Amino acid sequence: MIRVQNLLKTFGAFTAVNDVSFEVAEGEIFAFLGPNGAGKTTTIKMLTTLLKPTSGSMELDGLDPQVHQNEARRRFGIVFQDPSLDGDLTAWENMQIHGVLYHVPHKVGKQRAEALLKQFELWERRKDQVKKFSGGMKRRLEIARGFLHTPKILFLDEPTLGLDPQSRNQLWTHVKKVNEAEKVTVFLTTHYMDEADRVAHRVGVIDHGKLVAVGTPSEIKEQTKTESLEEAFLALTGSTIRDESAGSADQMRQFAKMWQGGRR
Amino acid sequence: MSAIYILWLREMKRYLRSRVQIAASLGQPMLYLLVLGFGLGPVFQRAGGGSYLQFVAPGVIGMTVLFSSIFSGLGILWDRQFGFLKETLVAPVPRLQIMIGRTLGGATVALLQGLLVTVVCVIAGFRPAHLSTAPLALGFMLLIATVFAGLGVAVGSSLQDMQGFQLIMNFMVMPIFFLSGALFPLDGLPKVLAVATMIDPLSYGVDGMRSVLLGRAHYGAMIDFEVLVVIAAVFIVFGAYRFSKIEI
Repeated sequence: MIRVQNLLKTFGAFTAVNDVSFEVAEGEIFAFLGPNGAGKTTTIKMLTTLLKPTSGSMELDGLDPQVHQNEARRRFGIVFQDPSLDGDLTAWENMQIHGVLYHVPHKVGKQRAEALLKQFELWERRKDQVKKFSGGMKRRLEIARGFLHTPKILFLDEPTLGLDPQSRNQLWTHVKKVNEAEKVTVFLTTHYMDEADRVAHRVGVIDHGKLVAVGTPSEIKEQTKTESLEEAFLALTGSTIRDESAGSADQMRQFAKMWQGGRR
Repeated sequence: MSAIYILWLREMKRYLRSRVQIAASLGQPMLYLLVLGFGLGPVFQRAGGGSYLQFVAPGVIGMTVLFSSIFSGLGILWDRQFGFLKETLVAPVPRLQIMIGRTLGGATVALLQGLLVTVVCVIAGFRPAHLSTAPLALGFMLLIATVFAGLGVAVGSSLQDMQGFQLIMNFMVMPIFFLSGALFPLDGLPKVLAVATMIDPLSYGVDGMRSVLLGRAHYGAMIDFEVLVVIAAVFIVFGAYRFSKIEI
């Protein structure tokens, strides 16, 4: 469903994504793991047509997202790292706008929006302005919205960031349910290794823009001779702390400077 | 097409829901209208300009439409801040449609604000001299709204965050307002000021409205109309171009 070959993205002298290749099968839940600034979000941005790769090729459901931008966009849903809802509108209106923007027929959209809002336990609050929602509810709404146009692939970029364990647990239960019911391929990033271990069929670990391991969680544990995915992750990426600054582009520049300085 | 409509509808809903903001946005025009209108009235009368309230009302309406439309264009900054912009940019819809939906929405909001202030002006004692041509003022309001909604989108697409907002306010919006002749007649100005007012698009909007509402014009309604149509087209194209270049 997703095929990435020799993907490369550079910002000036800094290489954010360095010769990355992987494949994700249809219906699979694939977790993309890596420390801050490793290249996860940059990869997602390239896959979702928001950023042009420096070189390499990508395929989403057989389509090159660079060439067939709009066709590719119809086939995936995305939940960004930070919120992308209109807080002044109600939950229902946010769904409605999404339906229109993704060319979902009016009637189908209505039925599906109702079913999804019920499934994600937001139906009672559909007429409330989104700005009155809690963090967990907003995330749920975004994910429900991402499923509205029956995408074949759903990208989730750190969807559980800042949520309490209850909300996180509930959120993954919902995502797993839809993944099983509709055979949606899910591509996610997270910093919570236990989540990846629990939800993902396969994981890929990226560090400094390079893919350092791909496989099922148990394969990766075996490979690194560790007990948990967290230990495996630390074994693969080291335990140095990576600082993350506000914007991803700024962050890239900062890293670029850092690495250049380090080499001299 | 439906994408344009839904984004237009979004602007409408947001506008109608922000009652406090609607009320707040009437404050400034009312100050100009009532304080300047009555405060400068006697001097203006003695100088042979007639009623200053009559004179300044079209200017105040023009100012309202200017502020409202340019801010709605700058709304892209808010959407960037709160994230909704991404939702529209990653959707399978050409960016041009998204830009047009937003711009039309912003222009409609500005037009509604302009009408609201027109009502306030009439309550304050403003009376159009020619009722037959008065409806044409609506056309000029719409043109002003389109020109500055386009400019707002262009500027909003070019800024990265809210930091630049104050800069835009002080070095673009306020000068456009003060140089437009909204508050003073354009006749017999010093050379530099005369040139500055001539390159200010709002001058033509205010002059056009004065022409159809009061029958007094500096450039003439036809020239005003032509200039505004050209500038509107240029700004819309420029806004669309800048919008197409946004990177998240």
